[in-house]
Amino acid sequence: MLKIPVLRWGDPYTSLDVDRISHFLTGEPIAEVSQANGGIVRRDLRRASRARAILREMPARDLIRRVRAAGRLYEDATLPMGDGSQSPDDFVRQQSASTGLPESMCRANMRKNAFVLENMERILDCLTRGLDPDILSRGYGVESRGVVVSYQAQSPVLGAVLPSNSPGVHTLWLPAIPLQLGLVLKPGPQEPWTPYRLVAAFAEAGIPRDVFCLYPGGPEAGAAVLSSCDRAMIFGGSATVEQYRGDPRVQAHGPGFSKILIGDDLVDRWEEFLDPIVESIYINSGRGCINCSGVWASRHTKAIAAAIAERIGPVEPRPPDDPHAGLAAFTIPGAATAVWSMIEADLKENGVTDMTDRWGSRLVELDRCAYLRPMVVHCESPANAIARKEFMFPFATVVQCPQEEMIARIGPTLVGSAITEDASFLRALGDATHVDRLNVGPIPTTRLNWLQPHEGNLIEFLFRSRAYQVAEDRFAAIQSAVACGCAAT
Amino acid sequence: MESSTTVLDLDSAIQQARERLDAHTVEMVAWHFHESTGCPFWLEKKREFGFDPLTQIRGFDDLRKLPPFEDEWLRGGPVRRWVPKGLSGKPVFVFETGGTTGIPKSRVVIDDHRIDYELFSETLPETYFPKGANWLMLGPSGPRRLRLAVEHLCQHRGGICFCVDLDPRWVIKLIKKGWMEHLEAYKKHVIEQAVTILTAGHAIQCMFATPKLLESLAIELEDRGTSIPEIGITGIFSGGTEFTPQWTRYAVEELLGGPPEVGGVYMTPTYGNTLMGLACGKPVRAEDAYKIAYYAPQPRAVIEVVDFDDRRSCVGYGATGRVKLTTLTREFFVPGFLERDEGEREPPYERYPWDGIRGVRPFRGVAAQTTVGVY
Repeated sequence: MLKIPVLRWGDPYTSLDVDRISHFLTGEPIAEVSQANGGIVRRDLRRASRARAILREMPARDLIRRVRAAGRLYEDATLPMGDGSQSPDDFVRQQSASTGLPESMCRANMRKNAFVLENMERILDCLTRGLDPDILSRGYGVESRGVVVSYQAQSPVLGAVLPSNSPGVHTLWLPAIPLQLGLVLKPGPQEPWTPYRLVAAFAEAGIPRDVFCLYPGGPEAGAAVLSSCDRAMIFGGSATVEQYRGDPRVQAHGPGFSKILIGDDLVDRWEEFLDPIVESIYINSGRGCINCSGVWASRHTKAIAAAIAERIGPVEPRPPDDPHAGLAAFTIPGAATAVWSMIEADLKENGVTDMTDRWGSRLVELDRCAYLRPMVVHCESPANAIARKEFMFPFATVVQCPQEEMIARIGPTLVGSAITEDASFLRALGDATHVDRLNVGPIPTTRLNWLQPHEGNLIEFLFRSRAYQVAEDRFAAIQSAVACGCAAT
Repeated sequence: MESSTTVLDLDSAIQQARERLDAHTVEMVAWHFHESTGCPFWLEKKREFGFDPLTQIRGFDDLRKLPPFEDEWLRGGPVRRWVPKGLSGKPVFVFETGGTTGIPKSRVVIDDHRIDYELFSETLPETYFPKGANWLMLGPSGPRRLRLAVEHLCQHRGGICFCVDLDPRWVIKLIKKGWMEHLEAYKKHVIEQAVTILTAGHAIQCMFATPKLLESLAIELEDRGTSIPEIGITGIFSGGTEFTPQWTRYAVEELLGGPPEVGGVYMTPTYGNTLMGLACGKPVRAEDAYKIAYYAPQPRAVIEVVDFDDRRSCVGYGATGRVKLTTLTREFFVPGFLERDEGEREPPYERYPWDGIRGVRPFRGVAAQTTVGVY
């Protein structure tokens, strides 16, 4: 059994508090993870500025090159893990065993993280709108059009309180290192694997260990990360998002309520769009905030719901190492049953129809875990309570709603795929501030273009664009300093 | 041979302690249920029992014949119904617990807090808690037993106690409202008071501090270029369910400069509440992986670790159960109250030849709804 320590600015620390991670099906112990108490986090974070100072000693382009190398190492190499080592196959098996995700999904998420690392230069180029990375590093510079610009880092580190159930979200914090910010991570209790492996890959690629902190632990450790970092992200439910709303220091990621909206102009051709709709609901076992939880149209909704149900209703749980496994297990005792109870209550409402019930019970309970099989529910009206729900399995409602009411009634939508060519509808969608990412056309909600910002631009979260005025005689000095890569004082 | 003698000595000490507890129980029951000495509450309650405790309770185990003590009985007045007739005319304190919303639970006290803390005083090592030393009470103020008890402890040892203003009910409200910035500001306000006192030339050497405030104080002092040892503190008395072995290790290694012989600061964890008083900890050492075991001041108070489903049965040594407290003083009688904590039953040892408890933490059944260690 692996013993995984806390990492305190790169130094391993074995705690007296440990959490044992077990295989979700067999109960076999997999790892013993040291738990950080909040005091350790708060105390260590008093030295956070050192992490940025260390990274600023390394040119941004050199860091980007190392990050690219780390991506390859993360995906292909055997890397240190706690008191042992971990091959890519070990990683996939261990992540699957502790989270309940099928191994094929673990592999897909691994590829996604590696892709982002390998393409970091392009991603940063897009997120910064082509800004020279040295400007972020130095804090100021001169644009090609001869204007002085300044970006001030708002924190020497980026903190993140990470989830256990969605290994894909790690892509969001990966740019911190090439942006020369230290990383302070609290891994999800069942998923220490990705953050530890990524940090091991960064270190192997030559990024100093002392810019990383990894604090597995309870809620107290998470709260300490959030309160001690001037910029941090957290992943949680609606309550978490609500708690941190308006807090400029915290970027809270919660349910996405992502949707597909079919315009009146194309809805009669709905069968052509079935593939992207099904992919949006089903891929990654419906666990992501970018998975579609609602398909909205003004007509044919029952037929659309029936067709989706035909495709995903028969899906059954398979062993995690089965390459065709498409469902993730609920590994927390009672979680699946609780979700199912909520759904059962909502199904009693008039105008709500379970379109998947003909393929048998959705709740499958095993000795140590449970599954919820894919579910499609038809709603005659957006007023049905279940039309505003999102769950951690392939679940979607198909909601009948006149096009002219859609935008007003869909509610917050992280990804909205609009299947329409109606210019006025698209214009209105473009103006809808409750739709975060807008896909125009039959693009699955789950297909993210990494060159676009996600849930706010990370650069805007971490850096502040500000005035930096210089006297005329200093301007030439700055220009020449920028040209030679040295700092003007 | 020597070890078997030690075992015999311990067995005999356990036996003697048990006999003392049984005798003390009979004496306290006689006091609380006799018409001439008992308090109105228990004399009234006696009528519901269907038996006479004066004749039917012959030892500690017989207390199980009484109905479970409900702490809800302590809410509201008249508080005089808790004052034993045998102590009428004495000046009475009332100490409160809870009370963030609604009516707090209250307990009357005459001298118990003084007696408990004088007993505790005997456990403090003179090297680190010197007689005559001044103290800082960095904990809750207001209608709390702890506030007066710590001051008495300090005075009993010949010192003068400095206090801060800290309203824990406001702290709990801030947490419940999610006003974390205000919470942080309030903590800062409390720590500023402490630093002001510590740097004002009062030669303070000892202190009571809650774990959270101890940590905040240590960090604040470090930010000011000093530390708890450097500012002259040598003895710290603390308490609470946050006192896990890991937290203790963190405090010793990182806040106090190492174990007492290295850093010069001795910290003693305690466990207690307004109803029971104060349980002392076995000295905490790195060699024991910072294990913390508490022992009640028997026979005045008893800690039992009972089965989660059967409050009448103790679990085996080392097994986990819920904390059941019994208070047996002339001022207050609590025959078995289920505390909101759990832990592992710890065997007797030479210094405390009766059961103890280790690993105290919030009871799993209520942990999610309980706000602990708020100040």
